[in-house]
Amino acid sequence: MLDLREYSSLGSALRAALERWPDETCLIEAERERENCRLTYRQFKEKALPLTRALQDSGLAAGSRAAIIMTNQSKWLISAYAIFYCGGVLVPLDYKLSAREHVQLLAHSKAEFAIVEYFLWRAIMQAAGFSGLQVKTVLVTEAPANAELNGAKRWEEFRDGREPTFVERQRKDWASIVYSSGTGGRPKGCVMTHENYLEQCIALTSLFPFWPGARYLSILPTNHAIDFMVGFIGPFVCGATVVHLRTLRPEFIRDAFTRYHITYITVVPLILKNLERGLRERFAALPAGKRKVLNGLIAANRAFTRKRPRLWLSRLLLRDVHSAFGGELRAMFVGGAFTEPSTLQLLYDLGIPVGNGYGLTEAGTVITLNDFKPFRADTVGKALPGTEVRIVNPGVDGVGEVAARGKTIMSHYLDDPEMTAATIVDGWLMTGDLGRLEPSGHLQLLGRKKNMIVTEGGKNVYPEDIENAFDSLPIKEFGVFAANYVWPQRTMLGEQLLLVAHVDDASRGGDELRSRIAERNRMLPDFKRISGFLLWTSDFPRTASMKIKREALAEEIRIKTDRSAMLLL
Amino acid sequence: MPTIQEVTDEVLQLAAGQFKVPRAELSAGDDFFKKLGIDSLQALALLSHIENHFHIELPDYELQGVTDFRTLAARIHARL
Repeated sequence: MLDLREYSSLGSALRAALERWPDETCLIEAERERENCRLTYRQFKEKALPLTRALQDSGLAAGSRAAIIMTNQSKWLISAYAIFYCGGVLVPLDYKLSAREHVQLLAHSKAEFAIVEYFLWRAIMQAAGFSGLQVKTVLVTEAPANAELNGAKRWEEFRDGREPTFVERQRKDWASIVYSSGTGGRPKGCVMTHENYLEQCIALTSLFPFWPGARYLSILPTNHAIDFMVGFIGPFVCGATVVHLRTLRPEFIRDAFTRYHITYITVVPLILKNLERGLRERFAALPAGKRKVLNGLIAANRAFTRKRPRLWLSRLLLRDVHSAFGGELRAMFVGGAFTEPSTLQLLYDLGIPVGNGYGLTEAGTVITLNDFKPFRADTVGKALPGTEVRIVNPGVDGVGEVAARGKTIMSHYLDDPEMTAATIVDGWLMTGDLGRLEPSGHLQLLGRKKNMIVTEGGKNVYPEDIENAFDSLPIKEFGVFAANYVWPQRTMLGEQLLLVAHVDDASRGGDELRSRIAERNRMLPDFKRISGFLLWTSDFPRTASMKIKREALAEEIRIKTDRSAMLLL
Repeated sequence: MPTIQEVTDEVLQLAAGQFKVPRAELSAGDDFFKKLGIDSLQALALLSHIENHFHIELPDYELQGVTDFRTLAARIHARL
């Protein structure tokens, strides 16, 4: 791999990678079983430079902010490279957000350029606030021939054959603005520096190296900090191959493992659980004799891999299982949310190590990661090299807020010094998560201090962001909370949202209110829905500016009730 | 070519069969995530089932932002 200490920016490191491995395959993009394109590092460069020059001619310069809203595909990475080459600041937006949210974040980030897939642009053009957007240049990919683009240009035609000028950035310069939450009250735009990414990449590849010929299957959205690092920067600076699959259908993902002999993949817990369910069903369907043999082999593999993984042995013992994963899988990573230890252990016992870890966008991806020496499914691993982790104000049981410090921690929140000051205290990132550090350095996560949930699909949901869905119900006032924030639990699993409704009389009208709340709830995307409500008969404590004092209200509720008071929907 | 109404009926029939829900309990305006109690991965599996039935290819993005059977049927109809 490249020695990243020699480079001051992502642009210069990526540029060197394209020169270093010209004939290695850097990208494969497949549409189901059909291959859309396969590019070597040289071909990647040949595709990117004309786009870069055209962007430069349009004014993309050092510090210009340029958004990408696309699904995982080759044009995502080509566009990002072009932006870094010009010295621009990348704003990777989640393509799964609504068009309205896209408009809000384009405005919040002050992006002057946007590169968008046609089906997303079609929706953005119709969204509220679109006409007020200040984006100067919009490039749209894959637009049909006669599509109305509303002033946007076609990505495929936006090229200039002249050599672009490389614009160098320094380590502390902004590389990107990554949104770690929705748009409700207060978008959280994490400003990441080039140093954040270069240091994170050095640390991660020291544990899980890439090399020319290694293949990473990229299915987590590339705008997400994890895929951006392990599905783009990491493989590129090592000359490895990124495989994009333009569908998330389980049958095509399964097929891609064997077709492309995948080395690494990152998934969210939801996919891992789906995989676990499928494996258990297949094992259960085996004739009794075969099942007995399989169980024996799994037990043997477990015994031999207790201290560390032995891939060659696992592949020998459990050949059929490994063949189904393509035969060359070295590890899976799971990110975005907490994973049940039993799921991780099952896969480990089959000889498929799952590198679970713990991270936040604010921490430049990962804070801790399981290094398999030995594998500890009940923890989220140890701090990455170069990152310090400590527990702030631990109780007698050693549990307190997890804080992290190191060169990968973001610079600040965009245009929000107040939130930055509350989050980065004396150089330590206060995560808002509760945990305990073992003497071995393994971190156990044991709940949250902050008012939010993370779904199994890896989505952060902030209760304030969904409150407007419940406006004008026949109640005096209301607030949405994470149930574990109100009644703390020592777990990261099964997190739920709760609506607290202030009513005159808690013994009357509950059924009607339940159906009104349920009706509103259905309007929300499935992962943002509340699980229940609580009838409350006292005034909410409020600040001078009439905002709910959430901590104080949660405490009042906690003192007077327990979780059984929650009326499930 | 079938009408949108016919496509909608067929989609409801397919969903009922795949997720073992009585057909009579499903209607066009229903939120299929909620009504069928499925997650996004299971919704993608439904999409595969629909493709095989109608002999069309529906990119994943056709499901983006869609939660009810009626809109899904309209997307399918546009590709017939």
